[in-house]
Amino acid sequence: MKILSNLFIPVLVLTVIIYGVKKKVNVYDSFVNGAKESLPMAINMFTPLLAMIFGINIFTNSGLIDEVFQFLKPIFYLINIPLEILPVAVMRPLSGSFGLALLNDMFTVYGPDNYLSILASIIQGSSDTTLYIITLYFGTVGIKKIKYALWAGLLADLTAVILSLLIVPLFF
Amino acid sequence: MINKLWIFFIVSGSLFLIITGKADILNSQILTSGKTTLDLIMQIFPLLAIWLGIMNIAKESGLLDKLSKFISPLLSKLFPEIPKGHESLGLISSNIIANLFGLGNAATPFGLKAMEALQKINKDKETASRSMITFLVINTCGVTLVPTTIISLRMMHDSTDPTSIVVPCILVTFISLFIGLIIDRILARRYK
Repeated sequence: MKILSNLFIPVLVLTVIIYGVKKKVNVYDSFVNGAKESLPMAINMFTPLLAMIFGINIFTNSGLIDEVFQFLKPIFYLINIPLEILPVAVMRPLSGSFGLALLNDMFTVYGPDNYLSILASIIQGSSDTTLYIITLYFGTVGIKKIKYALWAGLLADLTAVILSLLIVPLFF
Repeated sequence: MINKLWIFFIVSGSLFLIITGKADILNSQILTSGKTTLDLIMQIFPLLAIWLGIMNIAKESGLLDKLSKFISPLLSKLFPEIPKGHESLGLISSNIIANLFGLGNAATPFGLKAMEALQKINKDKETASRSMITFLVINTCGVTLVPTTIISLRMMHDSTDPTSIVVPCILVTFISLFIGLIIDRILARRYK
């Protein structure tokens, strides 16, 4: 798998260039012109990302969620869901770097092969930073009304958490 | 929606920090967010330039069109609004393939380009189209065969079997993608 991943990019790039030469495209000019489009894109994505990171950083660093989790603790023990994975599950759609930091903490405390760590790894690995993706993709092309996109994304994330809780015990 | 969420993040976070007497954290968060964002853009921008360059060669040589035509029958069920053989289909599949192989840095430029192509055929330029949201759901599900970041984090912590998470991860990702797409369908119908 690793060799395949390592070869994927070089093979892809070579194929595209050789195919371009065969079709008599001026590949150098074409590359330069295509790459030029990255600058307006980068500028367009800056402000929406700034706004989102601004909000999320204040929220995630406030310690408010820790309080909420403490409050929820008894309820979660009642329905037999390990509370330790809750921060990972909740933070996953909000912030990629924060989610990874939480996972890193869990690995340090419990060790990477502990059941809780594995559960958290799989929650983290089987979903993505929904809020960041919405902001990045919609912000860059100028979409203002996102309709049901956030609900669809978050419900998919919730599905991944529930599935992890169901599937991981079958493996470990 | 995003607006309300943003207000909630800032107001609740700020008030909690002030009440608990940690206004210094609030200060530093307000002042460093710009730098954090710029750092992120500086990571994305160079790769964006390279992949958009490569992608443009594929577009001008007709390779992208070929891919779009080839993938059309597969993706037309998921994206009924996109005309057959439209360039966005090729870009969407490039994004999905890059994600599958764990090439996040190539997937993002392809995804942005796909979103741009979808915006071209979008009737209302300020409102997300159905195809855009379906594409977004595919991306938020984090469809991948190799969760590279997590495997390397597990290796860093000397896991006895760092790749043991791969199979359950793939299972969870694909089932949640399938359910996510069903949810997307249901919501699309409700919001018509």
